[in-house]
Amino acid sequence: MTKFANILRELKSYPSAVAGVSVILIMVIVAIYALATIPYSEAVRLWRGGDNVWLETPRNARPAWINKVRREKLPASIILKTSEDPSLKTVVDLGGGVSTSDVVFTFDYQYDAFPSEISMFFTAKFDKARPNVSMKWITPDGREIRLTDMTVRQSESYRISQDNAVSRRVGGLLPEIGLFADPNDPSKVMKGTYQVVVEGLVFEEGSTLDASLVVYGQVYGLAGTDHRRRDIMVALLWGTPVALAFGLLAAVGSSLTTMTLAAAAVWFGGWVDYIIRRINEIVMILPLLPILIMVGLFYSRSIWAILGVVILLSIFGSGILTYRSMFLQVKESGYIDAARAYGASNARIIFRYMVPKVIPVLIPQFVAQVPNYVFLEATLAVLGLGDPVLPTWGKLLNDAYTSGALFNGHYYWVLEPAFLLVVTGLGFAMLGFALDRIFNPRLRGL
Amino acid sequence: MSKLQATTGRAVPARSATTGTFARIARYTLVRGVTLIVTVVIGVYLAILIANGGGYVDQMRIGTVREQISLQMANNEALRDMSLQERREYEQRLVDIEIARLGLDQPFLVRSFRYLWNGLTLDLGSAEYLLSDSGSRQGRNILGERLGPTLLLMATGQLLLFFTSVFFALFLSRRYGTVMDRIVVALAPTSAAPAWFYGIFLILIFAALLGWLPFGGMVEAPPPRNPWLRALSVVRHLILPVGAIVISSIFYTSYYWRTFFLIYSSEDYVDMAKAKGLPSGAIERGYVLRPTLPTIITSFALTLISLWTGAIVLETVFGWPGIGRLTQMAINLFDTPVIVGTVVIYAYLLALTVFLLDIIYAVVDPRVKLGGGERRS
Repeated sequence: MTKFANILRELKSYPSAVAGVSVILIMVIVAIYALATIPYSEAVRLWRGGDNVWLETPRNARPAWINKVRREKLPASIILKTSEDPSLKTVVDLGGGVSTSDVVFTFDYQYDAFPSEISMFFTAKFDKARPNVSMKWITPDGREIRLTDMTVRQSESYRISQDNAVSRRVGGLLPEIGLFADPNDPSKVMKGTYQVVVEGLVFEEGSTLDASLVVYGQVYGLAGTDHRRRDIMVALLWGTPVALAFGLLAAVGSSLTTMTLAAAAVWFGGWVDYIIRRINEIVMILPLLPILIMVGLFYSRSIWAILGVVILLSIFGSGILTYRSMFLQVKESGYIDAARAYGASNARIIFRYMVPKVIPVLIPQFVAQVPNYVFLEATLAVLGLGDPVLPTWGKLLNDAYTSGALFNGHYYWVLEPAFLLVVTGLGFAMLGFALDRIFNPRLRGL
Repeated sequence: MSKLQATTGRAVPARSATTGTFARIARYTLVRGVTLIVTVVIGVYLAILIANGGGYVDQMRIGTVREQISLQMANNEALRDMSLQERREYEQRLVDIEIARLGLDQPFLVRSFRYLWNGLTLDLGSAEYLLSDSGSRQGRNILGERLGPTLLLMATGQLLLFFTSVFFALFLSRRYGTVMDRIVVALAPTSAAPAWFYGIFLILIFAALLGWLPFGGMVEAPPPRNPWLRALSVVRHLILPVGAIVISSIFYTSYYWRTFFLIYSSEDYVDMAKAKGLPSGAIERGYVLRPTLPTIITSFALTLISLWTGAIVLETVFGWPGIGRLTQMAINLFDTPVIVGTVVIYAYLLALTVFLLDIIYAVVDPRVKLGGGERRS
């Protein structure tokens, strides 16, 4: 225990180790937070949900804090719903089951850029006769622009941005630009209070009509959104436990088994040693990534299956030779002879006397290995072999890359997962380097 | 055996000592070469076992055969008059013939050895979807076409990395404790990220923001007619991926090797050499670099092995038309022959790297040269 305290005290004298440990702690806290707030099934649902989960978020929106550093403010989404605010809706009974259901959406637009899309969503309850709606757009300077008339099914969406008729009415501009543009200078936004008036007519007793207006912004949340309107934050949060679990399990799994095997090879010597060394030679020329790719393609893409193969292949990797040479020295120690003399079993000598002896040397290597595995997961994901259901950092990078994020200027989409990968990798690597110097007296002071 | 050589070497001094050394290196190389060939054969066999995943690939191939034959029959006017029963039987017969032709009816063990031979000779049959640039469907042609660019990229990157690291490490060990040295030590953990990762940032900075260098690819489109201009264009496209390879490893290797140099330059014989008044260049070359070379080469070999497989994503990120990019395309199209082919090629490349390094090792490590036992592992 005092040894442990000594190591801790020594670690404190390395600023990089302190930084590394704090990074790892923060990551662990984020991972726990993610697991606590978004359960596994919820994470999978959010990430695979398709259009219905992310109906009201903008596509490829930048993170909202970008407005803090920009002079021209980008719009956030404006969402108005009659189902949440019934005061927007006025219902007048006309008798005979027929009633008007008028909705006026009023919002203040004070941004310097145009929204990315505009949509209206309707939900209606009726037996046979569909409600009728007619919509118009009122700009701050009082111009009225007719949008469209339509009958509404049980759930109906009207994508104003895709309505060519509206585009023609605003002088050939895209609707989301034309409806917000200053008529004197179409490149400028007219700031002020806009109104969208929906005049609804329902034809049945008990039939209702609810509408919502979504003016999609160009910024969203802390992390922005991707090409499928998903909040990138979900993947950033959930990627943390996945990355930590993958990195730690792979590092622990491979280094412990490798060490035990190396100890056995040295202890038994002879043909055991011979076979283990030959296997090592074969594994060294087996290309890890292509093999993983084949496993991903032909067997299972689950991150846990891949993890198993990674551990299996790295057991006989280059590490086994390092451990082997260490154990060769350990085997010659006097206390091993003593153990042999009192008749200790092979297993006892290997697990109680040989393995514990090299654990201090193992720890720094083990910590320094974690980032390799974290990046390996990202590498596989970038190749399109990420876990099919889980959101991970690598999958974010892959999505960003396949949709040309760098080429199209969606830098945040690449930079956010990349930043987390770098920080996690650096955290473990810095701690590993410091531990290496503490446990390796030859490196001390260098 | 070695004892015998040692005695003959002593009997006839000068000439025989050199031929003896040569013979030992040659024998060592031969033994290593044969071992490596055996390892490659076993490795490729394992890869084939994995690729064939419980007969899954066979199922797929039989399915394709069946589909093709029924399509051919549907297009064949002459078969229109057959009854349904006759057609079924005829189709089954054709399928059986085709399966026998492909050898799919033999037990897997027999087939696996044929696959092994085909894999080793890269006789991979035809790709399912991919075409080579010259329009060939032969797996071998597709792979062969991509080998050149991969070798160009990796050789440039790896050689540059090796030599800059060695000289940089020597430079740092001379300036131990300076700001520069401290910066490199602090930056060493950045090598935890693979090359493709730095590639993304290099693209972001130099292609997207500054627009100085191309986003990816190997030559401009269309390629310039003048061979010099074309070479220049290839060089321009090489800068970023090679830069990514170098940046991703240089700080760690420099740090690691510098530490080695420092440990070795505190040895007594180095102090002795200094006391004799040897120039610092000669001390570095003869007394510091020389004894550390075997260790450095081993550590570089491990870097190389990780770089080779890392190349798959690096090439994908940079759109470099090599084996790695091909692997990625084959993954997306599920083109089994090509994927198995890339595994084989990478196994060959790795074995070749290990072999070359073994020879270099034999040349630089006096223990091998003097027959003082097997290679330290």
